[in-house]
Amino acid sequence: MLTMVVELEDKPGQLIKVLEPISKLGGNIISVTHRRDEITPLGRIPVRIAVQIDEKKIDQLIREIESRGICIRSYNRVKHTVTTSLLLIGHIIHTDLRSTVDAVDKTGFAEVVEMRIVMPELNKPSTSFIKLSAVNEEKLRESVRILKEVCSAKGIKVIEPL
Amino acid sequence: MKIAIIGFGSVGRGVAEVLIEKRENLKRYLGNYKVVAVTDSKGGVFDEKGLNLREVLEMKRRGSLPKQTTSIEVVRELDFDVCIEVTPTNVEDGEPGLTHIKECLKRGIDVVTSNKGPLAVAFKELMKLAEKNNARLMFEATVGGAMPVIKLAKVDLAGNEIVSVKGILNGTCNYILSRMEKELLPYEMILEEAKELGIAETDPTYDVDGIDAGAKLVIIANAIMEIDAKFEDVERVGIADLTPEAFKVALENGYTIRLIAEATRDYLRVSPRLIPLNHPLAIYGTLNALEIETDLAGEVFVIGRGAGSRETASAIISDLICLSKSLRCL
Repeated sequence: MLTMVVELEDKPGQLIKVLEPISKLGGNIISVTHRRDEITPLGRIPVRIAVQIDEKKIDQLIREIESRGICIRSYNRVKHTVTTSLLLIGHIIHTDLRSTVDAVDKTGFAEVVEMRIVMPELNKPSTSFIKLSAVNEEKLRESVRILKEVCSAKGIKVIEPL
Repeated sequence: MKIAIIGFGSVGRGVAEVLIEKRENLKRYLGNYKVVAVTDSKGGVFDEKGLNLREVLEMKRRGSLPKQTTSIEVVRELDFDVCIEVTPTNVEDGEPGLTHIKECLKRGIDVVTSNKGPLAVAFKELMKLAEKNNARLMFEATVGGAMPVIKLAKVDLAGNEIVSVKGILNGTCNYILSRMEKELLPYEMILEEAKELGIAETDPTYDVDGIDAGAKLVIIANAIMEIDAKFEDVERVGIADLTPEAFKVALENGYTIRLIAEATRDYLRVSPRLIPLNHPLAIYGTLNALEIETDLAGEVFVIGRGAGSRETASAIISDLICLSKSLRCL
């Protein structure tokens, strides 16, 4: 697993410069998040990208992206060896989905790697199947606790795994 | 052995029926036993020479028992060796069962109970009282019905430390959740079906809010894990908010949802959990199951019928036999 934050100029054709090399090297893009509210003084937009990729290809990928003139602000290889699945039931979208996901992602030791949302009807509670990854069991439990706390404040019910 | 049956609802009648039906077999363990008192919430009958249980059952079938005696009078004053306390559960204050059990123990009379209330409310106090008066309190029937839990842990797994338990302790919830999984129908619809089948009570709160499972979990934690826990210590989430979509999404990812009661050294919790479809706890219908994690034996798994009058009688009879001198188990 690799997560990186790249700074992209706010014009068309920038993101593809990052995604192309990932795809070429057989990486699987888990998430792409534009952080428009954190725009840099030079007007660049930080974009956070999480990729599942063969460990051995990471250095090559970084070189390829940089060779295209993209500024990689930071990246880390997270050995997210443990994952768990949870079910969320409630008004997931209308309670600021991003802040729910961010609560886990910004810990640095865990992140949301998969999320599927099913909405039966407008105004009815939706259901989400969510996968968390973390560096170890203890951190995984910690990230579940954080997620539960955020969800509890938003009235979202969390169904934990066994 | 002189027996008093306090409480004559479906469990009390189930025990009486088994005591009649299996007399020849049970005599081998219990000797020439007789039931000298049977009471219900309104009255009761007593005969020191032994009641004719068939007649008592017939009286109850036709209405209520004669008002020859009362539960309180029996436990305080009359002469008998073992009390079978099977009045309904009340997790608020444990009454009236708590008083019945205390009065018997004070007099040095052994008690066998299926009543969760007194044990969930005052486990430690009752055990101390029993010890002080050289009496024994047996309660296999309070958890998991016919499924062996207490004696399994205390006798067969003696010497093991019970590290954690997790399982399904409420058949009504398991029925509702396994039907929701199969039919992908709303909770309310399946609950109605369960009521019509007599699986859920008219007021299902006790089951669907996890109160029943919570009380059982408290008893298990106290009895086999030596955790000094009370009912209020259980973190409790019920099943009423679960949706068909939740099951659909879970199934697509290889999971189902069951109400799981879990006790560890750190917490006691009853809540709906995601269970892998191939996990032994992904059981169907009204069954109960428990996974016991131990330090020596590893994991031990039991599954069985958690409710029903004959099933509960099974646990009560096994406790009764344990109390008799013929089987030295506890």
